[in-house]
Amino acid sequence: MTSGADVVAPGTGLPGGDEAAAHVGLWRRTSDNVKSGNLGVLPVLLGEVAIVAFFGLTATNFFTAPNFVNIIVQMAGVTMLAFGVVFVLLLGEIDLSIGYLSGIAALAVAQFQLPGSSHDYPGIIAIALAIIITAAIGLGQGAIVAKVGVPSFVVTLAGLLIWQGVILHVLEDRGVIIIEDNLVNDLANYFFSPTVGWIIAVAITGAYAVIGLGSVVGHRRAGVATGTPVLALAKVAGVAVAAFGSVAICNSAERPDGSAVGLPLAGLLMIIFLVGLTYLAKRTPFGRHVYAVGGNAEAARRAGINVNRIRILVFMISGIMAGVGGVILAARLNSVDLNVGGGTLLLDAIAAAVIGGTSLFGGRGEVRSALIGSLVIATIANGMNTAGYSNGTIYVVTGVILLLAVTLDTIARRLQMKSGR
Amino acid sequence: MTTTAPTTTPLLELRGVSKNFGSVQALTDVDFDVRAGEVMALVGDNGAGKSTLIKCIAGIHGYDHGEITFAGEPVHIHGPKDAAKLGIEVVYQDLALCDNLDVVQNMYLGRETRDRLFRLNESAMEQRTLETLQSLAVTTIRSVRQPVASLSGGQRQSVAVAKAVQWNSRLVILDEPTAALGVAQTRQVLDLVKRLADRGLAVVLISHNLHDVFEVATRITVLRLGRDIVVYERDKTTQQEVVQAITAGVPTKVAGIPETAPEGAS
Repeated sequence: MTSGADVVAPGTGLPGGDEAAAHVGLWRRTSDNVKSGNLGVLPVLLGEVAIVAFFGLTATNFFTAPNFVNIIVQMAGVTMLAFGVVFVLLLGEIDLSIGYLSGIAALAVAQFQLPGSSHDYPGIIAIALAIIITAAIGLGQGAIVAKVGVPSFVVTLAGLLIWQGVILHVLEDRGVIIIEDNLVNDLANYFFSPTVGWIIAVAITGAYAVIGLGSVVGHRRAGVATGTPVLALAKVAGVAVAAFGSVAICNSAERPDGSAVGLPLAGLLMIIFLVGLTYLAKRTPFGRHVYAVGGNAEAARRAGINVNRIRILVFMISGIMAGVGGVILAARLNSVDLNVGGGTLLLDAIAAAVIGGTSLFGGRGEVRSALIGSLVIATIANGMNTAGYSNGTIYVVTGVILLLAVTLDTIARRLQMKSGR
Repeated sequence: MTTTAPTTTPLLELRGVSKNFGSVQALTDVDFDVRAGEVMALVGDNGAGKSTLIKCIAGIHGYDHGEITFAGEPVHIHGPKDAAKLGIEVVYQDLALCDNLDVVQNMYLGRETRDRLFRLNESAMEQRTLETLQSLAVTTIRSVRQPVASLSGGQRQSVAVAKAVQWNSRLVILDEPTAALGVAQTRQVLDLVKRLADRGLAVVLISHNLHDVFEVATRITVLRLGRDIVVYERDKTTQQEVVQAITAGVPTKVAGIPETAPEGAS
């Protein structure tokens, strides 16, 4: 069974400068990925381009710079929730409570900045308290799932009802709380000046280039082959185009008084969480263990991983991200009312993660899929609104796209099973 | 059992180990030992207690009574971590690999090397994986960065074994390593088993396939109904004799009566 051509030996992995071999490796890996059902982000990105093209041609006010900024601000809250959903889905679990959990965070942040009350704290403390509360709730729900063994579907469904009830109970009398704290409101309503926007674009591109190319150099020095320099350079170029392009569009958007709008803080927050959580998922032992538990919990347990701890922490991450999203959503409205955390928020967040390519079956997915999926959903909603479609039509279209994404995921999973063994 | 050479004291020795699950007595007073550099086969019918015994050694189950000595020291194994600390590694029948992770990620699962920033040190892990596979002459795996889902049965088994031996382990337990494999892949795995023993590791091999057992084992322990009934030297026994011990037990020697007709089960 030992065929000489396939010998793997240290040093022979990728001899320096053998670009032809590198390309073969890249193509082979890509085709392996597609065959084994790992489609990556390409189909979704193509879909997004098609959606943008469609609305750009049919809706008059869609393909404009101010609307680009709008979409960023509109999607920020849902994206934060979807980041948490990715981690939960990676475990093969589900968290249905995040919608109203984000409502709890919104309510908490509004309460803790309430002027004239005994709990009129500065914005930063209000935000911290709100997120600590949702983190604790997530932790508690996770503990019930992991330690007691109640299915996460049931635990978080109960959470959905409970936290909705709490919100209704607290807001029954007041109906609405206005958020007056500037720091809180800035989360969704602050825009960087054009100059700062450019600096941010430079910083993001520079950091990505240093880290990305640095890892290629590191791998080469260690004599192992992961990725090719061409691919790494292409990625850096892609990030540069995205960063500078986004900032350019935001800076070119004009307010009614003629001044530039600029990059929204909410957009930068999404990028910060994207980077941070991707680091957590891909570069730390914790993230590796999340994938392992989602792929084969028994194997993870035998490898000495504390599976319960991973489960509990993931539900806590879900709670934290729901909290962050809730605060941003509240900031966008400058207020909290009885509808907070409801509507399509929960389903949009889950749909975003799935449309972006995270599997419902556990073990497969990326943090970035939350951002990409959320972008697709926000683009559809925004485009259809701009084009004058009713909410009903928007739901139908979003539903169809979700179904499409899950169908793709299921087919991918079957392909993967077929390619194994 | 009498030791054949004075230098080969057992690496792992179990004395009088018992384990029950509620009213089911899974193991009764089992003695078992394995030396460094030998392949000890553990055979027995379904339900004979083979899996329970290795799970006790691996720390998956606690045992109720008995003593375990490892390298001459009495030890207590209360969890998989205790076993791993002693250098005991188990390759389970279902391999315990994560299909969604690649070869390197599986090899280091639960023991990832990381740097000061808690980052995974991928280069170091990949390099050591390549070295380990190389040292075991596992040459059929095209890339250590492909997901385990895309490997063949023999390749998966090789990865599982390589994973077990790369931690300076001293005792490797293989549970039915060839059960699901074809002829060529079985060959590959049996060669691997022999190489492990040649490297000085103690190997415990559980198998239903006596042909495989006789090919690689140094000694053979037969379990029957939760008891260890006999240990054979491979060179001094036959498949016939082992099959008889597995199915019917060993003729009991009673003082005063000459060894003649085999008796039934104990």
